[in-house]
Amino acid sequence: MGSEMKVPTMAELFAAGEQPEVLFWVGCAGSFDDRAKKITKAFVKILNKANVSFAVLGSEESCSGDPAKRAGNEFLFQMQAVTNIEVMNAYGIKKVVTACPHCFNTLKNEYPGLGGDYEVVHHTQFLKQLLEEGRMTMEGGMFKGKKITFHDPCYLGRANGVYEAPRDLINKLDAELVEMKSCKSHGLCCGAGGAQMFKEPEQGDKDINIERTEQALETKPEIIAAACPFCNTMMTDGVKNKEKENEIKVMDIAELIANAEDL
Amino acid sequence: MEYLANILFALILSSGVFFFARNVKKLLRNIQLGKKVDVTDNKPQRWKNMAKIALGQTKMVVRPIPGLLHILVYVGFVIINLEVLEIILDGLLGTHRIFAGLGALYDVLIASFEVLAFLVIVAVVVFWIRRNVIRLKRFMSPEMKGWPKNDGNLILYIELVLMILFLTMNAADFRLQELGVAHYVKAGSFPISQFLVPVLDGMSAQTLIIIERTAWWLHIVGILCFLNYLYYSKHLHILLAFPNTYFGKLGPKGKFKNSEAVTREVKLMMDPEADPYSATADDAGEPEKFGASDVSDLTRVQLLNAYTCTECGRCTSECPANLTGKKLSPRKIMMDTRDRLEEVGKNLDANKGNFVDDGKQLLDDYISREEIWACTSCNACVEACPVSIDPLSIIMDMRQYLVMEQSAAPSELNTMMGNIENNGAPWPFNQMDRLNWKDES
Repeated sequence: MGSEMKVPTMAELFAAGEQPEVLFWVGCAGSFDDRAKKITKAFVKILNKANVSFAVLGSEESCSGDPAKRAGNEFLFQMQAVTNIEVMNAYGIKKVVTACPHCFNTLKNEYPGLGGDYEVVHHTQFLKQLLEEGRMTMEGGMFKGKKITFHDPCYLGRANGVYEAPRDLINKLDAELVEMKSCKSHGLCCGAGGAQMFKEPEQGDKDINIERTEQALETKPEIIAAACPFCNTMMTDGVKNKEKENEIKVMDIAELIANAEDL
Repeated sequence: MEYLANILFALILSSGVFFFARNVKKLLRNIQLGKKVDVTDNKPQRWKNMAKIALGQTKMVVRPIPGLLHILVYVGFVIINLEVLEIILDGLLGTHRIFAGLGALYDVLIASFEVLAFLVIVAVVVFWIRRNVIRLKRFMSPEMKGWPKNDGNLILYIELVLMILFLTMNAADFRLQELGVAHYVKAGSFPISQFLVPVLDGMSAQTLIIIERTAWWLHIVGILCFLNYLYYSKHLHILLAFPNTYFGKLGPKGKFKNSEAVTREVKLMMDPEADPYSATADDAGEPEKFGASDVSDLTRVQLLNAYTCTECGRCTSECPANLTGKKLSPRKIMMDTRDRLEEVGKNLDANKGNFVDDGKQLLDDYISREEIWACTSCNACVEACPVSIDPLSIIMDMRQYLVMEQSAAPSELNTMMGNIENNGAPWPFNQMDRLNWKDES
């Protein structure tokens, strides 16, 4: 399958004198984390199928700086931001899509003040837009009637008010969307944000991802849908901790769509 | 002699207002210990936020039961304060029910004050039960022990007593009107206090006048005392909720401010034209401190936030760290900030306006590092706050101080940041391998 993917880089397109419609910002997790790489590939397959003209930065991409900023290292964050902005501005990038809500939030909200003005969308918003514009069609198929619960990523939901795009896509799969007791603006964090992904949690009675997984399990889902590579890891770990990994899958919205379309 | 009551009233009223003005001055001085921030942008949106969130209570009703009960108390107090205007005029001029001339409208007003007073009593009783009988979890947190708990109950008792005094005053007045006692003009309608009248049955006009006057005086003196209690209490929110929602954060919650001081340094580093030897230390002045370790490093809006917090604990009850037993409680962050600010304020008062180093600061002496590092920056606390307080911004400023001034990040975070610095990812992968996924199956 891998060989069938078309993943042009900005450098290649630039050399050919072409400008893509959108830059796909892959992010560190999407580039290096084994689980998140599957999400990246699923999204690329959808983009390929919809004939979207896109490119990635490849080795010219660097960490957005989100974990550094949230850990308190404003200097490192701004160094990352300014470097990335320099690259993106040099390519004349106008629109960015990313499957990571942390990159999404940082690029959309914190880069403009440092000279990086782009239209930044999350991949769920982008996919919804493709559907609405008729550039992509979707059929429920394998997910028809399946119980899916959606975990709101903090940096997509509360931080940026995007609650409906991922839900609309799940509904388009003819799946039965079931909400957890804490959802949308009250969604409970998976425990990874604010640079927690990279450290052990402080002393407490429970890990946050376990608490959130318990909320998800209460809905008796067949699939827990995520829209963030870090949430995905945390929820996957939570499901394993509850020894439910054989019954319940944690999948990104892009993977659901790619699977439904048999990509 | 006949003006004695008027003079006494004027004295009590002016001292009440005088002490309140002094408290307000102190409050403003303390808030101004914080850093200036530009909050002059987008005024229409700011007014809208204040109208919706503070005046319209839109975020209170997210939790319907306490939200509706709170609206009763809120509307009750706002509306019943119209009555305070009459009381003040009567007190100063020696009149009785000066607005009685409004006729039918007056009846409607007094009737609605009575109904609201009754509803306030109901709400206050339910609130008391929630705090002391049901003992809702969010009122039982460690930071709620001692004064915060007593403060919460004291406010309920004061409100209850004020409402009872108001209704007692009206009941006695109503009875005196029925008896046709001079000075007690027939005015008002008493749908609630009429039920208290049987208690007063058989009492002489003299006794009734004593009851009416006592209730009247205690009611207005009570209100003036309550006004001056605010500064020492979480109840300050009844005033500060308005400016606080006005000055609250605009735009997406995920947008954290970029430090301008850092931007200047980064730009200098990235500028190939910049001569590193030309910008010497002597023209740079005192280097700016990064982040916050004490209240004076916070912004005025953050300090206003601290005074506005009414310790309802909605933030803490939604905080993922707190829910899973970690020490972090966003409410405690706000309470600690206020307590430290008050301590600094008292230091200034005791030392003729100069701060004498007390060897303490907000970080460590009030807020521990364990609390600071437990935050997931998920914004649940910010979303939950009914009056637009942002505890997360204080946590982030303190992290910035710890990392940039003290190099005191947890070691795993240092590893993560080292990776970003060296290879552009939080993990130790080579930047040149970022596209390898394309060819992996």
